[in-house]
Amino acid sequence: MSNIQKVFDKMKVEGHKAFIPFITAGDPHIDATESFIYALEEAGSTIIELGIPFSDPVADGPVIQRANLRAMAKGVTLHKIFEMVSRVRKKTDIPLVFLMYANTIHYYGTDHFFKKCQDIGIDGVIIPDVPLEEKEEFACHARERGVDLISLVTPTSKERTKAICQDARGFLYCVSSLGVTGTRENIETNLGDMFESIKAHCMIPTALGFGISTPKQALELKDYTDGIIVGSEIVKIIEEHGDKSGDYLKVFVTNMLEVLTKSDL
Amino acid sequence: MNPKGRYGIHGGQYIPETLMGAVKELEEAYGYYKEEVAFNETLRKLFADYTGRPSLLYYAEKMTKALGGAKIYLKREDLNHTGSHKINNVLGQVLLAKKMGKRRIIAETGAGQHGVATATAAALMGMKCEVFMGEEDTVRQALNVYRMELLGAKVTAVRTGTRTLKDAVNAALQDWTQTVEDTFYCIGSVMGPHPYPEMVRDFQSIIGKEIKIQIREQEGRLPDAIVACVGGGSNAIGAFYEFLQDQNVKLIGVEAGGKGVSTSLHAATLTKGQEGIFHGMKSYFLQTEEGSIAPVYSISAGLDYPGIGPEHAWLYDTKRAQYVPITDDEAVEAFEYLSKVEGIIPAIESAHAVAYGMKLAKQMKSKQILVINLSGRGDKDVAAIARYRGVKLHE
Repeated sequence: MSNIQKVFDKMKVEGHKAFIPFITAGDPHIDATESFIYALEEAGSTIIELGIPFSDPVADGPVIQRANLRAMAKGVTLHKIFEMVSRVRKKTDIPLVFLMYANTIHYYGTDHFFKKCQDIGIDGVIIPDVPLEEKEEFACHARERGVDLISLVTPTSKERTKAICQDARGFLYCVSSLGVTGTRENIETNLGDMFESIKAHCMIPTALGFGISTPKQALELKDYTDGIIVGSEIVKIIEEHGDKSGDYLKVFVTNMLEVLTKSDL
Repeated sequence: MNPKGRYGIHGGQYIPETLMGAVKELEEAYGYYKEEVAFNETLRKLFADYTGRPSLLYYAEKMTKALGGAKIYLKREDLNHTGSHKINNVLGQVLLAKKMGKRRIIAETGAGQHGVATATAAALMGMKCEVFMGEEDTVRQALNVYRMELLGAKVTAVRTGTRTLKDAVNAALQDWTQTVEDTFYCIGSVMGPHPYPEMVRDFQSIIGKEIKIQIREQEGRLPDAIVACVGGGSNAIGAFYEFLQDQNVKLIGVEAGGKGVSTSLHAATLTKGQEGIFHGMKSYFLQTEEGSIAPVYSISAGLDYPGIGPEHAWLYDTKRAQYVPITDDEAVEAFEYLSKVEGIIPAIESAHAVAYGMKLAKQMKSKQILVINLSGRGDKDVAAIARYRGVKLHE
């Protein structure tokens, strides 16, 4: 069983939901990212998602697009991110997942890339522009290196859901809304229908993301899923507070965990 | 091509899961309608009565004599309604969208020719239309922005990235992930996820089919070479496709060489690019040392794109077609040359093909035949060329 599934299992046994924050690697600079990982872990995050900057992040909304630009302007490279992850791995075992676009992996060399992930201790990789139809090109290397290639299911997946679930590893990334990443006031998808189909076919934990920004939303949505993913709202904190974001991130995670953790009261 | 839309290793469907349902729906609908007699008959009528097809294959006698080489024919796609080959594809796609019950059409545009064509077809078929255009291009092609608005379309200036064609595609894709249920994305070139490269090629292949018939009528044989400009590559594939099996017909795509391919200011994807994955397809792309998509440059907004359609990538790999760069300076000279010698003002995109055709014709024998695909007319470029030459215009 992968580290990702192990932490979900642990949460489940304790009656908690997982919390998965997303930050963009290198925003505002790579050392800050390292310190944010420690802050997010200390506050109780379950898994941390690291976005790898790309010039044209087509699945991302304006907040994460700006973070990509800030990180690239500061000269972040895949090499620097790998080095940072190697340092992090000496201090914590928290599962780390990369979110990155297909071209970055293809350019680096797909086999070489997943070997590097295995060497430095990356647990999973999410590639938002690789659907089921194109997945095997990446999945064969990920499997060989023991890295979970994480599948996404969306409100438009419908009859595709079964095939996506059968092939999923780590956790199933459930996209709450149409469109790109970014905070939304209301999630308009009929999540009941979507999760009925997911639960019928999915053998691994699920986590819900896209558009979730507040503990109130997390509270309303948590029963559908095993975990909640928050990206843009966290990146906004970093956009505002720069390398001094650590304490603000801790507060954010603490507030989220209050609604995601089973209380004994 | 295998069932997954591959051309050799190129092509595929590298898009977010949110769009896969829509792309599959399109695949199915296109698979059905391309065989349907009524659909093809409607499209044939639109081509004839609305676009004005067949477009002329014109023997450019003065130019031929002045250059002293091959006999030069111009395929006059510039004479189509809306002024370029783009209308061929757009009529097909918008008609398909209508059959699929979609209500809204979105499109990206660089020079504005595809945007204008899409706005035109949407007006004709009574559909809502929104066109995404890089902010820089809205400035370079301000008149086309107004034309699209006049045709009832909403034009959205894209202010991300390099603010050109690539970013317009990003914005259109992003809009589509939000609106996929009632919206049809009308892609302007032979790019994007399967089935777009195949579908757009099929709609554009009328160009080559006509060339074949017309040149047989006029010369009694096939041409020795066909030259067309390449951004995404739709007019080129349209001209080439009918001739792929005719090994004696040389096929040459002309890329935007900008300020020169030894500088960083160009958009010559096959001359300088590497294999990559972007905008739904595996193909060649101009990339940075970190595997990001490189900023590109061309005087021509329609060729200012860092990638190329997957079928061209395959024609390049297999050496069936050849791809060469032409610089801004050479294109502008050809723009002026064709205007003065033949009385035809070509689009600056097409002027790239004219520029290479002029070089090539001189190396060919007088018995040989060269066809240049004149993909669009140059009215839209007149102001920009005046600026390039330092002429101040007061309108």
